[in-house]
Amino acid sequence: MAVRRRRRTRAQLTAGTAGAGWAPSELELSRRAWRRGRARRSTLVALLSTLLFAVAAYLAVTRAPGWPRVRTTFFSWSVAVDAFPDILRGLWLNLQVLVVGGALVLVTGLLVASVRTLRGPALAPLRILATVYVDLFRGMPLIIVLYLVGFGFPALGLQGVPTSAFVLGTTAIVLVYSAYVAEVFRAGIESVHPSQRAAARSLGLTHRQTMRIVVLPQALRTVTPALLNDFVALQKDVGLISVLGAVDAVRSAQIVVGQTFNFTPYVVAGLLFVVLAVPSARLADAVTARARRRQQSGSLL
Amino acid sequence: MKAFGPHRVLHGIDLAVDEHRVVALIGASGSGKSTLLRCASLLETVDDGQVLLDGEDVTDPRVDADRVRRRLGVVFQAYNLFPHLSVLDNVTLAPTVVHGRSRAEAREEAHALLSRIGLAAKAGEYPDRLSGGQQQRVAIVRALAVRPRVLLLDEITSALDPELVGEVLAVVREVAAGGMTILMATHEMGFARQVADTVAFLDGGVLLESGPPAQLLGDPRHPRTRQFLSRVIDAGRL
Repeated sequence: MAVRRRRRTRAQLTAGTAGAGWAPSELELSRRAWRRGRARRSTLVALLSTLLFAVAAYLAVTRAPGWPRVRTTFFSWSVAVDAFPDILRGLWLNLQVLVVGGALVLVTGLLVASVRTLRGPALAPLRILATVYVDLFRGMPLIIVLYLVGFGFPALGLQGVPTSAFVLGTTAIVLVYSAYVAEVFRAGIESVHPSQRAAARSLGLTHRQTMRIVVLPQALRTVTPALLNDFVALQKDVGLISVLGAVDAVRSAQIVVGQTFNFTPYVVAGLLFVVLAVPSARLADAVTARARRRQQSGSLL
Repeated sequence: MKAFGPHRVLHGIDLAVDEHRVVALIGASGSGKSTLLRCASLLETVDDGQVLLDGEDVTDPRVDADRVRRRLGVVFQAYNLFPHLSVLDNVTLAPTVVHGRSRAEAREEAHALLSRIGLAAKAGEYPDRLSGGQQQRVAIVRALAVRPRVLLLDEITSALDPELVGEVLAVVREVAAGGMTILMATHEMGFARQVADTVAFLDGGVLLESGPPAQLLGDPRHPRTRQFLSRVIDAGRL
């Protein structure tokens, strides 16, 4: 990674100074040659140290006294192949929770954040409610919320309360994540300079119009990297709905583990979650980098 | 009267801006020029006294501030254009959203205003692609697009490179010639002399004296005014 980043920086430098009818001077050429040499050496060092580390790690693990047993109980190819279809089917449920939950989290989070910025004495109860909600669900471990919602709601025996683990699990996740995302949104809203609000209000826009047209669009742009980061976290936390008995990827793996006394399905499920998370993580990186570039070029007012 | 904590920023201000007249507020930084404008545009609440707009006391808390601000145009020192909206959208925002004009009508008017300041070609650009002078001219057009009763200009050239000041002042000059009522805070004494009908000197939150520019800038009565002006002359800005 370090090596690639360096190369990109140099490309930008050259692009920045190149113009029509301009040839680099001797001095510049020698500087470039020196930089290229440095870059080559960095690549070499990075390669060597990575290789060295990999060999050391491999030796340390495979020479451990328990390694043969660990290999058969955690990394059994045949068990992995057998469990794979079930786990993949389970992962489909996780994906559904992710998509539905993610959308609900965005809406709820934005709503809670907007309520917290409301002014006016009549709205005090709403504001207090939103604050209490955020404090409560940011502080409480997700797994406890899952237990309370998943087993508490149905226990009420009320008519119309859903009993499906999918719905209850999604509800618990939305409750917790909306509290986080609301705070992200609020930080974004507060990051918009007060002068923007002054400009909007002096044009005659009401508080709500100012929020909707001027503040929120700018806030959203600022918080997108942070939101994507929360999305990556959400992607793996949807696996926790298995504690409510939903047959998701984790639960499917658990079932196979129970049948075979082999832990390989957990590894398979874990790797599938990683595969799921990698594209979003890279997207988050790219968006963050873009936001940083924009800020550095001074184009943000 | 306006105070921030125990600090009295403005007191004893008695200033009238007649229709189709230009009043320039001058004075050192911190003398209360901007605060006075912010009070007039209801961005600050006054602690005592009144601001009258067309004879109506707009500082009365029972008055809907949003409705008052609709009749005002404000231009800020730092332009404060909306960076996520194009130049055209910046200008048409208030006419369509606040005043309920049709998009087509607002666009047409915005284009007309933008061509008057020579920026019609930039209508589709975003503010960060414009120079400071261009941004400030757009900000003036944005304020004019709501057809305000009075235009409030808050040191609108202070953030600009000297070479860009001229183009912005030219726009203000044209707007003033068109009969717009203007209250402006400025450090450009030469401009105040040319354009203003009245110049008012603020010092420590007090309106020390006001009068026609030739009299106030040429033969000020108050020693503080004389001191301020001689410093400005020393700095080469008159």
